[in-house]
Amino acid sequence: MVDLFRFTAHELADKIKEKEISCTELTQNVLDRMDAVEGGVHAYVNTVKEQALKEAAAADKKIAAGEQVGPLFGIPISLKDNMSSTDMPTTSCSRILSNFTAPYTATVVEKIRNAGTIVLGKTNMDEFAMGSSTITSYYGPTQNPWGKDLVPGGSSGGAAAAVAAGEAILSLGSDTGGSIRQPAAFCGVVGFKPTYGMVSRYGVHAMTCSLDQVGPITKDVRDCALAMNAIAGYDKKDATSANVPIPDFTANLNGDIKGMRIGVPSEYFPSKLHPGIREKVEGALKLLEEQGAIIEEVSLPASKYALSAYYIISPAEISLNISRLDGVSYGVREDVIDGDVYDMMAATRAKGLGKEVKSRVILGTHFLCIEQLKPYYHKALKVRTLVKRDFEEVFKKVDCIVGPTTLTTSFNFNSFPDSLTLRQNDLLLAGSNLAGNCAISLPCGIVDGLPVGLQIMGNAFDDEKVLRMAYCFEQVSGIKNLQPTFVEGGNA
Amino acid sequence: MYDKYQPVIGLEVHVELKTKSKIFCTCPVAFGCEPNTNVCPVCGGLPGSLPVLNKEVVNMAIKLGLAVNCQIAEYTDFYRKNYFYPDLPSNYQITQGDDPICAKGHLEVDTDGVKTKVGITRIHMEEDAGKLVHSGDTISTSQYAMADFNRTGTPLLEIVSEPDIRSAAEARAYLEQLKAIVEYLDISDCKMEEGSLRCDANISVMPKGSDVYGTRVEVKNLNSFKAVQKAIEYEIYRQMCALEDGTPLYQETRTWDDGKGVTLSMRSKESAQDYRYFPDPNLPPVYVSREWVDGIRESLPEMPKERKARLIELGLPEYDAKIITSSKAMADYFDACYEKYQEAKAISNWMMGDLSAALNSAGQDFKNSPVTPDMLVELLKFIADDTISGKIAKTVFEEAFQTGKAPGEIVKEKGLVQIKDTGAIGEMVDQVIAANPQSVTDYQAGKKQAIGFLVGQVMKLSQGKANPGMVNKLLQEKLSE
Repeated sequence: MVDLFRFTAHELADKIKEKEISCTELTQNVLDRMDAVEGGVHAYVNTVKEQALKEAAAADKKIAAGEQVGPLFGIPISLKDNMSSTDMPTTSCSRILSNFTAPYTATVVEKIRNAGTIVLGKTNMDEFAMGSSTITSYYGPTQNPWGKDLVPGGSSGGAAAAVAAGEAILSLGSDTGGSIRQPAAFCGVVGFKPTYGMVSRYGVHAMTCSLDQVGPITKDVRDCALAMNAIAGYDKKDATSANVPIPDFTANLNGDIKGMRIGVPSEYFPSKLHPGIREKVEGALKLLEEQGAIIEEVSLPASKYALSAYYIISPAEISLNISRLDGVSYGVREDVIDGDVYDMMAATRAKGLGKEVKSRVILGTHFLCIEQLKPYYHKALKVRTLVKRDFEEVFKKVDCIVGPTTLTTSFNFNSFPDSLTLRQNDLLLAGSNLAGNCAISLPCGIVDGLPVGLQIMGNAFDDEKVLRMAYCFEQVSGIKNLQPTFVEGGNA
Repeated sequence: MYDKYQPVIGLEVHVELKTKSKIFCTCPVAFGCEPNTNVCPVCGGLPGSLPVLNKEVVNMAIKLGLAVNCQIAEYTDFYRKNYFYPDLPSNYQITQGDDPICAKGHLEVDTDGVKTKVGITRIHMEEDAGKLVHSGDTISTSQYAMADFNRTGTPLLEIVSEPDIRSAAEARAYLEQLKAIVEYLDISDCKMEEGSLRCDANISVMPKGSDVYGTRVEVKNLNSFKAVQKAIEYEIYRQMCALEDGTPLYQETRTWDDGKGVTLSMRSKESAQDYRYFPDPNLPPVYVSREWVDGIRESLPEMPKERKARLIELGLPEYDAKIITSSKAMADYFDACYEKYQEAKAISNWMMGDLSAALNSAGQDFKNSPVTPDMLVELLKFIADDTISGKIAKTVFEEAFQTGKAPGEIVKEKGLVQIKDTGAIGEMVDQVIAANPQSVTDYQAGKKQAIGFLVGQVMKLSQGKANPGMVNKLLQEKLSE
């Protein structure tokens, strides 16, 4: 049997359509792979293997009956553990929701399922998506398939690790300040944060409502475009979803970027940037130039404040979004003897929420206190406007902005960078969320045995343009569908 | 003491809107359902759910805003008001902040003939909370409580008045007139006892002539118009006494104890929470176009003030017109009668008299009166054409009210048609004259009042059916013979 798990979704979908393989074979193959490596990787927190095989069998019947099927039909996928569905728990990897199965299904889950994909399970994440290493999960960390004791990034670390390790052909993640792109970069896969409003948030646990966006994590750019075709679109259940025409995201994956303008912001190449990454990104830029793109230097002066704004706006919203978790009508309740309902709520939250979540709730509560509102929250909103304006100005001149996704490659669980460096990593990521733009990370090389992410950012609703440029790079560089060395060595 | 002090009152009124669905989800707005049957992920506050604004709520808010002379905002948005409470599933209430849908309006209030203008600071949209059902007989002995989220997300309008009200009576008049307007707009059931109309009062007292307001106290738990008036009267008295005695007053929230007729301290403002108002990122701002507002303005129904003027034109005294237009159901009843029978005063007399009394004692209202406008008109026509006497009419009315039978049917069944036959009445008159020689003598001796007794005897003999005018006339004729 060939290792089907090594192929991309579009390759496998073709094989299914051609009846070269069956959906059952494929699903079984990916499940076998999961059995082989999951013990080391720990990408999943919940799986539905039997359900997946049943769905695969049903899918095979459709194929046998000659039914018309879409381009992701029969593809085994994973969902991040913050996407509601009725078939298994949705916990956001928090103790407080560890017993919680949603009574409804997120729009994005409905959509990806309607495309004919087969859900294998839900992937590990930082608790309520707060973190960038998947270490704040109640269920323990995920291992990066590229090296022992290396973090997969986060918060969609499980999603990225699952795709990299072949435990899912594609994954859905969510990105609030880089939570799709950074783990994609660390795990050597493609991660796309669509324009805010492009994909419905209905049913996806909120971290920061004004920044959250769901997007695909895939093995190559074409898969990413196919996934976007499946999940993008207006949803009347999400008042912030954009009622705009949705393009065919695969239409312009033709390698032609002649005349497209690329902006390179000096702010995205700080001194802390790993020299190996700088070299790879510069190499990528050269390659794109050779394909006919026009490179120019641009500036995003407000980006030095973007991170501060992010770390005020995000906790502020978090403090309110998390407040519904009180043990009253769902979740894990801590009963108290001789106490009233407030004591119960306090005990439930004290025990049910992790340290990182609590610290952000406390911070956010502080920022929203009447005395702090002006000096912090209102000022942060002003910065957000400036960040947005910076991007708008630059996007008047260029089609895309290109830079690194992260300042470093993945790091060791045991030698965490200082928190400043960790946050500076977000520097390259949070801007797109604050501005509501789209951005992709795709592998552009290996440094010290670890993958490096290239970030291509686009203006709001220029998602298709970003995918087009990413595809061109992927084709010319030949860097795609990387097979991680660590898991391959049977070490995981 | 009352001469020395000036009360200052402002009211915060909550009106539950009768939209089909809740303000941010598609659950129905309904009362009296099994607990937690009208709940979905959105109003149930489940993780991942998102609110979507019901536009009908904005329409209703604009209606009310226009009816009370407000400016309608071109830009309006929603805020989260944060506090932990088990009847609030997300532990924040979605309400509005500094840009409410309506602001700067006023209501012309008529307090026993004295006309004043009460400013309306703002009207904003918000969601209602759920209800807690406590076990046991009292809260203090309750072992546990259960949350019912059926009401969660029911749309509310909060109408905040300026501190322009100067007496308890004026506060009550303001509230009654506001209620009438809401009813006329048909946007709420406005039942205080059921909580679809709620009122909190802010009350302070200052020395007359001062322009510095006294310490403000908020009074809650006002469940009837009477309670509003009584609580304010009590609170004014309490505060004046405190000022006289030099006892300190605190800015606090007090609750009205209707049984004891006093206000009691609930919590002081010193411990008041910081609600951390925050624009809800899930709800984009609403931009209200001029066309939108104009469309609503054109569709507004006749308001109490205009209706009252129209009724006066139809010939009603101002007093009658005021009473009848104070409730939309009553005014609609009047119009339904007037359409068929153009005797305005006769209609209003019966409506304000026998019908109101009967409805009150039966605990019903004009909307579902057992005596329909058609029935009342039928009765009035019988009286007008002397088919029955006014006295018989009262009997017929009572019967109709109890049974729902048409007056014509009752008159026919019971043979209540008035006797207008001169011969028949003449015979009865003769009988009475013969039986009461003393009264006849008295009358003929100049005691003209003796005829009253004789008329009464004839009426009695006819079982009330004889036409009293004819009885009188025939008696006079016969006695003068």
